[in-house]
Amino acid sequence: MPEAYIPVLLFVLVAIAVAVGILMFTSLIKSSKYNKVKLQPYECGIEPDTDARGRYSVRYYLIGMLFVIFDVETVFMFPWAVIMDELLLFGLIEMLVFLFILVLGYVYAWRKGALEWV
Amino acid sequence: MLDTVFWPLVKIVVLLNAVMISVTFMTLLERKVIAWAQSRLGPMRVGPYGVLQAFADPIKLMTKEDITPANADKMMFTLAPILSLVPAFVVFAVIPFGDDPLYYVADINVGLLFLISVTSIGVYGIILAGWASNSKYPLLAGLRASAQLISYEIAVTMTLVSVILTAGTLSMVEIVEAQRETGWWIGFIQPVAFVLVLIGGLAETNRAPFDMPEAEQELTGGFHTEYSGMRFGLFFLAEYANMIVISAVVVVLFWGGWLRPFPSVGALALLDYIPSWIWMFSKMFLVLYLFIWIRATLPRYRYDQLMRIGWKVLIPIAIANVVITAVVKVLL
Repeated sequence: MPEAYIPVLLFVLVAIAVAVGILMFTSLIKSSKYNKVKLQPYECGIEPDTDARGRYSVRYYLIGMLFVIFDVETVFMFPWAVIMDELLLFGLIEMLVFLFILVLGYVYAWRKGALEWV
Repeated sequence: MLDTVFWPLVKIVVLLNAVMISVTFMTLLERKVIAWAQSRLGPMRVGPYGVLQAFADPIKLMTKEDITPANADKMMFTLAPILSLVPAFVVFAVIPFGDDPLYYVADINVGLLFLISVTSIGVYGIILAGWASNSKYPLLAGLRASAQLISYEIAVTMTLVSVILTAGTLSMVEIVEAQRETGWWIGFIQPVAFVLVLIGGLAETNRAPFDMPEAEQELTGGFHTEYSGMRFGLFFLAEYANMIVISAVVVVLFWGGWLRPFPSVGALALLDYIPSWIWMFSKMFLVLYLFIWIRATLPRYRYDQLMRIGWKVLIPIAIANVVITAVVKVLL
């Protein structure tokens, strides 16, 4: 039923228009006084001498990878959950096997310390 | 043409206005409730009991200077607040506020999946804001925020599977109808799922006690440290719109949406004279009040504690909840 998505598409367009419209409207009425110091990045009053984008902890990357794996696997469970009424025992066993593999990976990540933050 | 474009457009405009007005009053409510919790009066100067504060704040934000730092990525810096606001608005498309098609914009058959996917887009706005600012605090806060959001998203998505198992559908309208047919709000059948979604919802909206990305004591203003004026206002709007969405989702999934209490008890049919949207909005108000109450009560988590709860507590409980729900469903 693709017609049901027309309002959603309209909603996206209106939402973008509202967000951009607010910014354009306020750019007309906002006050502005140029001052070089104002344009510096906030650093507790010290003038920054390097670019802010330096190295950061590898854990964020790790969390990102784990997210991709787990979230995609969760999405596979959505259609299964919807038609569970028809699948019953067959669906349950299939999903238990799937979940067992998922939990296996989860336990492995846990044991390897991927979930530790400090 | 009239039915497919014009009326939805009218509903969208009304809905977005309602959202923006309720966001302004939401900030007033939050300040008042927290003030009362701390034996203060809260805003009292603007209008009677400070009611007009809700309008004074946006006017102030609009007329404030909007600074773009000299070494920021100019285009991304403007794109980030828009990218964070648009998903927060679009989710409202699938939320049913009443029993009549008049009260919702779209009833798509994958409503819940749409909701999860669109809310996840908001994280791009946050990480982009942190990156484009080219300043230490926003960068750190943006990284933290995105790691936090994606961690809790897994737990919430996993939990929602058990809700779908109970309701047997992905459409938001049909989930409420399923609760009318069984006569049981899903919150009574799935109390664990409710608590998980509530905790995850607090984390997804960066609310206390999970407001690490905006922890003012250590990260100054969080990912929007460099933002001022209305571009900051858009982040603010997005955050509170997200709170309203989460409250609506919690009500629709767990507390019967627009249904009256005890929908199967005929003796209470008198309550049906109260319009369905009043039930929906009063339940949403209670959930929003709960959010503010939690913020006034609980201290903030440390970041490592927060990640530990997300990965090592919520996800195992969510998986166990799905398995138990499925087994019970097959046995019954």
